[in-house]
Amino acid sequence: MRESVDSLAVIRRNLASIASGRLLSANKRVATGHLALDAALDGGLARGRVHELFAAEPGDEPSAIGFAAMIALRMIGRDLPIFWLRSDEACRRGGQLHAPGLIELGGDPDALVLGQAADTRALLKSASDAARCPGLKALIVECWGKCPELDLTVSRRLALAAEKSGVTLFLLRLEAEPLPSAADTRWSVSAAPSIPLEADAPGPPMFEIELLRRRSGPSGMRWRLEWDRDQIIFREPAHIGAVVPLPAGRPVAADPWRLSA
Amino acid sequence: MKGALRLVAVDQAARSLGLEQGITLADARTRVPMLEAVEHDEAADRAWIERLADGCIRYTPLVALDPPDGLILDVTGCAHLFDGEAGLAADIEARMAALKMTVRLAFADTPRAAHGLARYRAFVARDEATAIRKLPVAALELDPEATQGLLRAGLKTIGELARRPMAGIAARFGAHTVTALRELLGEASRPIEPRIPAVPVLAERRFAEPVARTEYAIAVLGELAAEAGWLLEQRHEGGRRFEACFFRSDGLVQPLMIETSQPTRNPELVIRLMNERIEGLSDPIDPGFGFDLIRLSVPLTEPLAVTQLRLEGGAAKEAQVTELIDRLSTRLGRSRVRRLVAQDTHIPEQMQLALPFAEAAPSAAAWTVSAPGEPPLRPLHLFDPPQPIEVMASVPDGPPHRFRWRRKFHEVRRFEGPERIASEWWKRKDGAVDHAGLTRDYYRVEDARGRRFWVFRHGLFDEKPNPKWYLHGLFA
Repeated sequence: MRESVDSLAVIRRNLASIASGRLLSANKRVATGHLALDAALDGGLARGRVHELFAAEPGDEPSAIGFAAMIALRMIGRDLPIFWLRSDEACRRGGQLHAPGLIELGGDPDALVLGQAADTRALLKSASDAARCPGLKALIVECWGKCPELDLTVSRRLALAAEKSGVTLFLLRLEAEPLPSAADTRWSVSAAPSIPLEADAPGPPMFEIELLRRRSGPSGMRWRLEWDRDQIIFREPAHIGAVVPLPAGRPVAADPWRLSA
Repeated sequence: MKGALRLVAVDQAARSLGLEQGITLADARTRVPMLEAVEHDEAADRAWIERLADGCIRYTPLVALDPPDGLILDVTGCAHLFDGEAGLAADIEARMAALKMTVRLAFADTPRAAHGLARYRAFVARDEATAIRKLPVAALELDPEATQGLLRAGLKTIGELARRPMAGIAARFGAHTVTALRELLGEASRPIEPRIPAVPVLAERRFAEPVARTEYAIAVLGELAAEAGWLLEQRHEGGRRFEACFFRSDGLVQPLMIETSQPTRNPELVIRLMNERIEGLSDPIDPGFGFDLIRLSVPLTEPLAVTQLRLEGGAAKEAQVTELIDRLSTRLGRSRVRRLVAQDTHIPEQMQLALPFAEAAPSAAAWTVSAPGEPPLRPLHLFDPPQPIEVMASVPDGPPHRFRWRRKFHEVRRFEGPERIASEWWKRKDGAVDHAGLTRDYYRVEDARGRRFWVFRHGLFDEKPNPKWYLHGLFA
C-alpha cells in the first residue's frame, strides 16, 4: 500500500513536469542572449509555442513589433522564410514594413513572406493555416484592436497547431487588453531610452519588457534589453562587452548569409 | 425616314405573318397590331453569342465569333467524335433547339465559304462547290454600290462571276472583291481567330447523365487532376495555372482558376487550391440541372524535372512552404501575399516594391547592407505618404526640439542628423537641374520615453520659404 502511494507521487511529479513543459530539451528553446532573462525562462523562449506580445502603452507598438521581429530573427536559421501576416488595418495604423529597416535589424528581406489579410477573420484563418505548416519556423501575426474573433477557442487552436508543427508563433496584440488565452508566455513591451552614442545620437534599440504571464512559471519580472544587430542577439545594457553565449545556428564572427546578399 | 424605328430581327412567328427585317415599327404595328417589340440590345446580344461560343468549346477548342450573330467552329479532325459532320450538326441543332435558338448550319472548307453558305444559300445543291457557285453575289458582302454594280453587269451568282477573268474583276471592282471571291471558292483561306487559345494539357470527362451533385463533380475534378498530372509528367512539365470548367447542361460555363508559385503536378495540391477557391466564391457552384462536361486544362506550364525526396526532408519543407503560400494567395488574393523586392534608388519610399509572390523573383538589385557597429539608420515601418507633424525647432534649419504627431507631443531628447536626401533631378521630365525637387533633411530622433522616430523637413530654407515637417518612419 505504501509502495503504491509512492509510485502515485512519482507519477504525479512526472505529470506535473510534463504539464509545465519542463521536458522541453535545450534545443527546443531559443536563448535570447540576455542572461537573467534566459535563466528566468529555463533557457529561453520555447519553440513551437504561441507567445503573445502587448504594447505597454499606446505609442509602444513599433517597439513590440520590432521585438517580435528580433526574436523571430534569432529563431530562424539560414534561408528559412519568416512569415509575417498583417491586416489592412495594420498598414493604415502602423505603416508599411520597410525592407531596409529589416536589414538594419539583421534580417534578410528576401527571406520574408508578407501576407496581408483584409480583415481579422481572414487574418486568423490564414494564421491557423500557417501555424500548421511544419516547413516554417517563425510566424508573426499582427492583430490590431480588440479582435473579438480571437477568443480562447481560436487561441487554443493556434497553440495546438503550433505545438504539432513546431512553428513558433508571435501574436502581436496591439491596442488590446490581455484576455485569457492559450499562449505560452505573454509579454508587455515598451520602448526604453537607448544608450547614446557620441554627439548624443540615439543608440541601438532598447526595450523594457515585462513577463505578464507564463504557463507554469513565475511572472511579473521586468528586464531591459538591448539589440545587437551584428550578432543577432539581445544583451544586457549594463554589461556591454560581457561574455555572451554563442548565437545558435550561425557563426559568431561574420555572417556569410548577409555578406552574400 | 431617318429617325424611324425599324425592326432589327424578327422571329419565326412574325415572319409567317409577313414581317421582315428592316421595315419600320409603325408599319409593322399596322400590319400586326398585337406585335411585341423589344428594344434592340447589342450588348446583351453580344453577351449571349459569347456564352454560346463558350458552350461550343465542347465540340472543338477553336471557336471564333462571327459578329453580330454567327459562330465559326473549326471542326477539322473533331467531327468523327460525333459520328461525322451530320452527327455534329444534329447535336448542335438539338442543343440550340433546347435553348430555343434557330440555327443555320453550313460546313465548308474555308470560314468565308461557311459564312456565305449559312447566310445566303437558297437552293439545295449536290455538293459544296456547286452550292457556293449558286450563291448570289451578295454573299461576297461588298458595299451596296459594288453589289449593285455586279448585278447591273448581269453577274447574279458567284458561279457567273467566277467564270470571268480575275484581272478584269479586280480592275473594275477592286482587289478586295477578288480576295472575297477566292476565299468563297476555297482558293484562299484566312485563319479564324479562336476565342480561346488552344491549351497544351487538358483532361475532361463527359457524362451521359448530367451530374447534379457538386461533391461528385469535385471528386471527378480530382480524377481529372490526376490525369492532367500524368500528362504533365510525360512532358516533364509542371503546371503554374490550372483552369477547371464546369459545363452546365443549359449552356452556362463556370470557370475556376488557380495559380501556383512553383510548377506542380500534384493532384492533391491542385484540388486543395480548387477547394480554397470554391470556398472563396461569393455564390457557391450551382449545378442547376447538372453538369454534362467537366474539363481541367493547364494553360501555363513550366519545365519540372522528376524529383526524388531528399532524405533530410529539405525539399519537403520547401514544398510545404510554397504550398502554404499558394493556399494563402488563393484565399486572400494573389496580390496580398507578397515579397519585397529591392529597387535601385535612394528615395526611401521607393527603395522597395511589394510584388505578388507568385510572379516576383528575388531582388535583382542588391539591398544596401549597413556597416557593422552602427545603430539602425532606417526604420522598420514607413508611412507612405509621410505624415505631417508640427515641429518646434530651436534654430530654423536645426533639428526638431519638440513635435506633435497624432495629437500627442514628443520631447526630443536625442537626435542624429541631418541626413540629406536630394530628389532625383535626373529623372525629371524637363531635365532642368535648377528646378530639381525639394531636398529632404532627415533626423533620427528619440523622445523622452525612448520611442524612436524618423522625421524630415521637406525643403531647405533657400528652396522654400516655410518648409513643412513630416514623420516618415518608426524605429523599433
